[in-house]
Parts: sequence; C-alpha cells; structure tokens
Amino acid sequence: MSGLQIAFLLIGAITLFAAVITVSSRKIMHAALWLILALGAVAAVFATLEAGFFAAIQIAIYVGAIAILIIFAVMLTRRAMEDSGPQLNSTWPAALVISAGVLTGLVILLSSWGGFETRSMALPPTGENIAALGTALVDMNGYVVPFEVASLLLIAALVGAIFVASEPKGK
Amino acid sequence: MTLWYEDPIKLIANWLFGLMLGWGMPVDTANFVLTLLGAAFLGVVPLLFCIFLIWYERKLLGRIQDRFGPNRVGPWGIFQPFADMLKIFIKEFITPQGADVVPYNLAPILSVASVLLIWAVVPFSMTMMGVNLNVGLSFIIGCGGLGLLAIILAGYGSNNKYALLGGMRAVAQLISYEVPMVMSLLVPVMLSGSLGVNDIVQKQTVPYIILAPVAALIFFITSVAESGRAPFDLVEAESEIVAGFNTEYSGLKFGFFFVAEFLHAFTISLLFSTLFLGGWRGPFTDQVPLLGFVYLVVKTFIVYFLVILFRGSLPRFRIDQMMDLNWKLLTPLSLVTLLITALLANPLSGMPLLQAVALFLVNLAALVVLMSWAERKMPRKRKIVAKTRPLATPNQQDQLSA
Amino acid sequence: MIPLSWYLIFAACLFCVGLYGVMARKNAIAILMGVELMLNAVNVNLLAFWRYLWFTKVDGQVFVAIVLVAAAAEAVVGLALIISAYRRRNTVAAEEMDMLKG
Repeated sequence: MSGLQIAFLLIGAITLFAAVITVSSRKIMHAALWLILALGAVAAVFATLEAGFFAAIQIAIYVGAIAILIIFAVMLTRRAMEDSGPQLNSTWPAALVISAGVLTGLVILLSSWGGFETRSMALPPTGENIAALGTALVDMNGYVVPFEVASLLLIAALVGAIFVASEPKGK
Repeated sequence: MTLWYEDPIKLIANWLFGLMLGWGMPVDTANFVLTLLGAAFLGVVPLLFCIFLIWYERKLLGRIQDRFGPNRVGPWGIFQPFADMLKIFIKEFITPQGADVVPYNLAPILSVASVLLIWAVVPFSMTMMGVNLNVGLSFIIGCGGLGLLAIILAGYGSNNKYALLGGMRAVAQLISYEVPMVMSLLVPVMLSGSLGVNDIVQKQTVPYIILAPVAALIFFITSVAESGRAPFDLVEAESEIVAGFNTEYSGLKFGFFFVAEFLHAFTISLLFSTLFLGGWRGPFTDQVPLLGFVYLVVKTFIVYFLVILFRGSLPRFRIDQMMDLNWKLLTPLSLVTLLITALLANPLSGMPLLQAVALFLVNLAALVVLMSWAERKMPRKRKIVAKTRPLATPNQQDQLSA
Repeated sequence: MIPLSWYLIFAACLFCVGLYGVMARKNAIAILMGVELMLNAVNVNLLAFWRYLWFTKVDGQVFVAIVLVAAAAEAVVGLALIISAYRRRNTVAAEEMDMLKG
C-alpha cells in the first residue's frame, strides 16, 4: 500500500461520503455545503491523476462560481422549502433500486473488459503539456469547432439566464 | 557547495535531513517531515509578519490623515499590534443562538487559509519558492474562489439577516471583480507563454508593467476591490450594514478576518510585484541570488504603500458606482487589452525594443480612447440645483461711514 | 501504482449517487446538485482514461474541458429557470410544477 494509494482511498472515501450526504441531507443549505466538499475532493482526485491544470480549474469554476451560484439560488428560494417534512420523492425506493442496479451493471461490465486492471503508468510522464492543450483547442485539424461552439453556448447561457431570471418588467 | 547567499533554505534543509538520517529515520519519512516543516514555516511566517504590517499601516494612515498614528505603546508605537493581539486573544467567543456551528467556525479559518495558500507558489528568489507549480496562476485564481466561500459561510452561519445581506453583497462585489482580474492576468501569461509564476518572472527581461500598463492597472484596481479595501470597502465599512458578514464574530475569530484582510493586501502587492514588476529580478541577482529576495521585498513595499495611499485618500464607492466601474469600464478595457496583446506581442517578439515601445504606446492609446468614450457615454449624474450664492464682501462706503 | 479499476469504480459510484439524487429528491435545486455530481463523475472517468491509455495525446483533456464548460452553462441556465419558476409559482418542489400534466 503505497502513499499514493492510501491518499487516493482517503480522498475517494471523503468524496463519496460528501456526495451521499448531499443527496440525502434534510436541509438544502447543508446539501449545498457538502456538495462543495465533494467538488473540492474531486479536484484532489484530478491532482492524483496528474492533471493539475484541471484541478485548479475545478476549484476556480466549480467551487468559486457554480457552488456560489447554487447557494445564491438556495437563498433566493428560501421561503418555499421549509427544510422540514420529507425531502424525498414518493418514488425513492425505486430510485435506490435503479441506482444500485446501474452500479452493479457498470461494475460487471467494466470487470469483463480487458484493460480493467491496467496497472502502472503507460509512459513516464514528462509533465503536463498545457501548451499542447491550448494548441489543440485552436488547431484547424484539431478541436477549434467544439471550442467555438462551446463559447457560443456560454454566450447563449449568459444572455438567456439574465433574461429568464430578470424581474418581470411592469407594463 | 551551496554558499549561504545562494540558497539558504537548501542549506538548512540539507542540515536537517542529515540530522534526521542520523536519528535513524528512513529517507521517505525524512523527506515527508521536511516538506511538512517547510509548509508550516511558509504558513506561519506571513502571519507573524502581519504584526509588522498592522503597525506600518496604522502609522502610515495616521500620517496621511495629518496625525501621528499610534505612538504611546513603545517607541513609535511598535508594540501597538501586540497590545491589539492581547486584547483580541482574551475576548470571549460569543456564538449567536441558532448559528450553524460548522460554517460559523470554518469561515475565519478558510478566510486566512485562502490567502496563505497563495504564498506557496510565489517565487521569493531564484532558488527559493514553495512549490514550482506549472499552473501557478490558475491556482491563485482558485484561491480567490476559496476566499469567497469563506464570506458566504460567515454570512450564512451567523443566523443574522444583516450578516447574510452583507455577505451576499460582498460576494456579489467579489465575483463581479473577478472577471476583469482573470482577464488581466491572462496578459502576463500571453507575454511569457506559461502559467507558472516562476516562468513569468524569468521571462521578464523588460518588466511587464511597461509591456502591459493597462493590464497592470486593471489588475491593481481589481485586486484592491477583491480584497475588500477602501475605496471598495462598502461591505464592511463602519457606517454600512452593521459590520457586514463579520457582525457576529468576536475575539480571535474576528481577529482572523482582520488578519486575512491585511495579509490579503500585502499578498496582492506581492503578486503585483511578481507578475508585473519583475519579482526578484534586478542587478547582481546572478552572483548573489539572495539579493533577489531583497528586491522583491522592496518592490512589494512600494506597491503596499500605494495600496495604503488608496485607502487613505479616496472616498468610498457606492454599490452602483462600483458595479458601473466594473462592468462598463474595466471589463471592456481588459478585453481590449487582451486583443492588443494578442495582436502585437507575438509578431514583434523578435525585436524586444520595438515590441516594448509599440505595446506601451498602443496600450496607452487604448486607455485614453476608452476612457474618453466612457466619459461621454456615462456622464456624471450631478444636477445643478442652484446657482452659487454671491459672497458677502464689505462695502467701501460702509467702512467710511462707520 | 493505482490500478485503473479503482478510478473507474470510484467514478461509477459517484455517478450512481448523483443518479439517486436526481431521481429521489423533491427540491429542484437538489436535483441540479445530483446532475453536477454526475458530470463530475464523467470528468473523473475521462481523465482516468486519458492518463492511463492515451497520455501522449490531448484529446481526453479537450473533452474534459468541453464537458466542464457545458456543465457550467447548464447549471447557470437551470438555476435561472428555477428562480424564475419560483417567482411565478412560489414553489421549488419539482413535483408541484405539473401544469402540463395530462
């Protein structure tokens, strides 16, 4: 059991624990805070995968922006859900069964795949090459089209969100 | 053989390593302990340095306001921060009823932690740095996000609607000002071709404040706004909504927020000098690398002096003026700066002098153009409600007759 | 050192926890939190495969970046819709927004 394995087990346990409390917490604000912990721990998992850039970006975007957005939305809709009474749907046993079924199916499917137990690193890592990522995103034979479509998506989301969430103007 | 002025940290680390191996520790454990010690050192030294910073700021602010500043407790008041610390340590922790315990207590810790984490990636000299991350700048932006989280936790955990409101306003201001800050941080990345802070310092043969003055200006203004200092201190000023998000904090927990704010001001000065003024670069750093640390400290204190000058001399912004400034001036300006740097930096990279002069002039031209356009589009909304009344002057005839 | 299977099982567990959250919660914002968990599980999966099988190419990383962008955009629009629906119907429970029901 090397140090990295112990670290990954610990981080994985924290993530799953935080995720379970997120989906089963009674108060929605607590669920949002546990979600922040889960997202932060996923950033740590990214770091163990030697994708340091994505770890930093995960913290900056998810914890620094999306989580805060969720907390704002929780604050703005506070009167509705009084945080008491059942927080789960009437169909929650079926949901539990389906999730467990999906998990079992995934594990069985993956373990029957050949490369499941790929052990150590494929190649000695020469360090993360962010410049290559940047070049690939704007390369003509690369991924420039998805890049531009993603930026259009962001503009549409920006304008749409402002319009949808704005106060209805008086006549 | 490393001399003492080349890499003092490495010398001490080697000596400690030898000591631990002599005690019979395996090599991995010794390395781990050394890393922990380094992290603890890097975390504690800024906090201790904050004592000096508090004294410096209060003295300077006093002098700007034509008074002495603290001068009772010790010569020139240098023991004043110790008196402050003593007072804050012995105050009682009053937890409001109904407060959510974990967010309430976590917020001050997270507030200080988010500032201290930035010190881990700043290069203090050619050989001294915490971690040479190659994504250092993304890490710094992420740490800003953690500071936001601290404010939200404080506002929510206090069970006080004024604290909540103050916290939400603070976060609205901070996330707005993050946008031009990140965009202006992209300019040194473009000019140096790397996200790592050490690389950015090493490529600054010409300091980036000359190659990108507008980006430096935007970074300075937005960092001051991000740290919640005057003139952007609407959210925690004395005359505003009670005390903002730190209403319900007393004693050392409030002390943490206080320390976090002062340390944040010093940290943004450190970042500004590293990214735009050349960091540890200066004459003779090749022969004596420790001199780089001295240069960095001098540059940081110059910028910190400017930050305190801002605080002492500018009136506070209103919230709508702040948002106007951000979205209508700083964001378009940073977009224009990005465009200019992208267009001019790469083609001219072979001729450094021409590149420097061209970038400087085009940046200044863009600044002047955009600001005059902004003045025309958004005139200051002041109406003249009355003519100025005539001054009363003594009449010549009155004096003769009296 | 860490076999690929660990990462894949971890991502599958996270995905299923998110799936349960989407299917079993009443509050619309909690459903959105489940969706965010699922998207993060997908990102972990993509990066694990990139690291272990295709380290020399950047395709995996580009995919992750695009998924991150799409998740952010979707969270923004979803929350705006929830706030707007709350203003009209004064409720956030997903099962009470059933005006289109047959």
